[in-house]
Amino acid sequence: MAYSVDFNLRPIMELELESLRGDDTAQDSMTGAGLESGSPETLEMEVLTTEGRDRLASQMSDVRERADERSEESIQTNLLARKSWSTATLRVLSSMPSRSIGQQSRLEIISQCNIRSTQLRRYHRQTQDVSLSSRPSIRGYGIEADSEDVCEEETKRQELVNNLQSLSAGDRVRMLRATPLSLAEKTKLRKLVFSDKVGQSLLSSQVPCCSLLKRALYHIWFGCLFILSSLQLWQVALKRLGGRFGTGVLSYFLFIRTLLLFNVFLFLINGLFLVLPQAIHPPLHTPSSHRVTGLELFTGTGYLSNSLMFYGYYTNSTINTSCRPDKATAGTGCGTTSDPHMMAYNIPLAYCFTIGITFFITGIVLVYSMSKSFERSFRVFKSQGNMAIKVFCSWDFKVSKKMSVRLQSENITTQLKELLSEVKGGEEEKGRLSGMAVHLLAWSISLGSTFFCALGIHCFAKYMHLRRLEHAEGEVSVVHEARLLALPGVVSCGNLLLPGLFNLVSWMENFNSPIVRLYVSIFRNLLLKVSILGVLCYHWLGKIAAEPEQHGLQCWESFVGQELYRFLLVDFIFTVLYTVFGEFIWKRFSQGVLRRRRKPVFDIARNVLELIYGQTLTWLGLLFTPLLPAVQILKLLLLFHMKKSSLLVNCQASRKPWRASQMSTLFISLLCFPSFLGATVSVTYTIWTIKPSSGCGPFRNLPFMFHSGKQWAQELKSTNPKLAWLNWVHSCLVENPLFLFLLAGVFLMVIYIHTQVLEGQRKIISLLQEQIENEGKDKKFLITSLQAIHEKRQYPLSPSSRPQPQGSEVSDPDCAVFISVRNRKMFSNRKRKC
Amino acid sequence: MGTTASQLRKDLLSEYQELTFLTKQEIILAHKRFSELLSKEDRNVPTPRVPMEKVLSLPELKSNPFRKRICHVFSTSDMKDGSLTFEDFLDLLSAFSDSATLEIKSHYAFRIFDFDDDGTLDGGDLEKLVNCLTGETDDTRLTTEEMRQLISNILEESDIDKDGTVNLSEFQHVISRSPDFVSSFKIVL
Repeated sequence: MAYSVDFNLRPIMELELESLRGDDTAQDSMTGAGLESGSPETLEMEVLTTEGRDRLASQMSDVRERADERSEESIQTNLLARKSWSTATLRVLSSMPSRSIGQQSRLEIISQCNIRSTQLRRYHRQTQDVSLSSRPSIRGYGIEADSEDVCEEETKRQELVNNLQSLSAGDRVRMLRATPLSLAEKTKLRKLVFSDKVGQSLLSSQVPCCSLLKRALYHIWFGCLFILSSLQLWQVALKRLGGRFGTGVLSYFLFIRTLLLFNVFLFLINGLFLVLPQAIHPPLHTPSSHRVTGLELFTGTGYLSNSLMFYGYYTNSTINTSCRPDKATAGTGCGTTSDPHMMAYNIPLAYCFTIGITFFITGIVLVYSMSKSFERSFRVFKSQGNMAIKVFCSWDFKVSKKMSVRLQSENITTQLKELLSEVKGGEEEKGRLSGMAVHLLAWSISLGSTFFCALGIHCFAKYMHLRRLEHAEGEVSVVHEARLLALPGVVSCGNLLLPGLFNLVSWMENFNSPIVRLYVSIFRNLLLKVSILGVLCYHWLGKIAAEPEQHGLQCWESFVGQELYRFLLVDFIFTVLYTVFGEFIWKRFSQGVLRRRRKPVFDIARNVLELIYGQTLTWLGLLFTPLLPAVQILKLLLLFHMKKSSLLVNCQASRKPWRASQMSTLFISLLCFPSFLGATVSVTYTIWTIKPSSGCGPFRNLPFMFHSGKQWAQELKSTNPKLAWLNWVHSCLVENPLFLFLLAGVFLMVIYIHTQVLEGQRKIISLLQEQIENEGKDKKFLITSLQAIHEKRQYPLSPSSRPQPQGSEVSDPDCAVFISVRNRKMFSNRKRKC
Repeated sequence: MGTTASQLRKDLLSEYQELTFLTKQEIILAHKRFSELLSKEDRNVPTPRVPMEKVLSLPELKSNPFRKRICHVFSTSDMKDGSLTFEDFLDLLSAFSDSATLEIKSHYAFRIFDFDDDGTLDGGDLEKLVNCLTGETDDTRLTTEEMRQLISNILEESDIDKDGTVNLSEFQHVISRSPDFVSSFKIVL
């Protein structure tokens, strides 16, 4: 074994001697320059595993003997971190391509750029990778590069310019932007790239038409994004909050902004297609005598019940622009429909379609943002060791206030200490009691309280209805109106108090990690809200809608719309009360009476679930109250400012870690799945199976709401036979379940294939890691052999040492070619495969 | 930078927009903030350079424990004093912006954490990094024993070729496993 080593290193040996002559003083200064990789005293690490140690030991037994004579800790310390490397070894170490990064190493960056740009052109030049191995310059020493290196840099730069010129304009811009060079360098490169051809003419003359179209689309898209980004709602406030509280709390406020955008979209679409036409052509209503008290704003009754707010206001006629709409009869208004210049706007159809299209678009946007968020936060590795990630990635650079920076440092210290102690002792997070029995008890308490709450709401709702029926004959008193607010009040109370109970219960439990505790608490809260909403939906859609006369209602849709409006408002009022009393007064109490130094912490999970609950109510109520998004917009605006002020005054940043991106993925998927899906299901159920009331609204004489669409399709068939295929398409795709089954089957297959691909990729990654480890061992072996040879030369201990040969003419950088070639091969192998 | 402190030339603006990840408004705002940092004499110099102390007085950087390293990494000054021209300043903001790619961010993060500028993160770099993270005061610092164990754990997890240091590829590999890096490596003016 030793023989083969010597044979391979003979040229290096001979050339090394040339550099060693009279170099002892230089060596001392070099080592003193701090270029070694770390002092052995502080790093007593077991870098080699036992197996690796054995392998190296068999190969380098004589080396280690010599090293043992000099220092005791040679086995313990990192073999590449010794102080006593020779000059040449140090030069080799510093010029390894895996270490060449920084401003001096533009060559390396440009070379990498070359690789990437040729890969972009899908032209796999094998020579590209090998040519990197020529003549590395000595970096990091402040030594001027040779003239050859300057030439090499120029050729590389020219190559890069050529590559860039052959790319398309968009790719070129993206490549330049993504290069980690300084702006001055990039400007130079850009000038070179655009110098031969006139920039603008390139874009317009030789480009084919489809790429022109793509460019036009890009312009439009970026224009839209620019407009959206210049709106920048609440930018200053968000920056201040992020700077003080970090990414976790910021994600709550970003979530409010997202919901606001959704609601603005809903409001615009509904307003444009539903509210506006009806507002321009108001139907004739018998004026009812309602006393105007302020309570109507909260209950939605009184003069509001016959307004644009609620379903009952909308007519079932077709509005023609030239004459007044007719309320009494179904179908068309006055005038002849054969007049081509008259625009006929069929309100029932518009109602059905607008709601349908709104839900469809919202669904697509939600699923898209959920998939993007999931993609960002999904990790291929579920590794246990998080310390490297914590050290490298946990500093939040957005935080700018001194107090918050100090808090963040404390956070990180705590987390690191916890992780270290976990590794040592493997302790779990201790609750007050432990054991399975406690878990069972906690779960039974939570589930039981949820069940009883839902049951209580159900009974209370029935009771309120009975009370209302007793006063059903037109008696309008303030107390009677106020009683309408009782049910929303009870529900909001339950929503406020039960999460507190869940917190208490989980405080005594014992969890494996803080993240599990958080997930469990979110799940319990979610279950509570889902069951409450489920009970209410059953009550409205199952009971009231089925037999409206029994409940004394002329127009049950308006009633349900009013209920939802009341729920939204009362929820908001209770949130305001909780913020004022809960956070403000609790802070006074805890600081004054309990004498705690720390202010209360903002509970992100609970607040986000409140937001999701409010948005679910809005979506549920969209069918019955087209203007509900406007109410939600106002509510969100007020909520933002109120929460912001409360946060700045009362709370402080949390000490617990908050995985922002995993949490935002969770929240957006909660918004999509239980919330939006539930709303869609109930709206679809309403449209498909519930008979609309016959006295009011746009669907008043139809058996089901979607029949308006069917009627229109049949009319279309009779008037315009060419469009009859639409009807056929509709009946085939939507009403036929086979198509949906096929679609679901195809999706499942695609998902299965993707999971298999993921498994395969995991296996490849682990194989590659093994290979890299082996290459690292080779590298270490070669470096230490190099050093051993040098030491053998410098301190010959045996009389049989070879006489020093005469100096050779080969220059120093060439001696490193062998090692650097191997290194570059490893490096390029890694780059190619990973 | 071109002309007087109050105006940025349109062609320069569009060039900067193309070469960095910043939007037009961000570049204009950066220009405004940079001009405020310049002293009166420097304003008429063609490419003025702001000394490091002035840059560190920006509120976004004032309390950041990595502020000196950030200035050194982005500075193109020959004297290695951490002073920034406007283009260096734009480089800084571009690397820390919302739309910068993960590659750029991890590249510059690596350079910021490489305290001795030798191209790898060895034990000394990691120790300085952890000290920056844990703060200046003595009661938040880790003990020597804890530091030693932490560094050995980090190297065990991230040093794939087992040479005792973390090079750029290994660093990027660790970063790619963390979804929070992109959102936390941000500075907005």
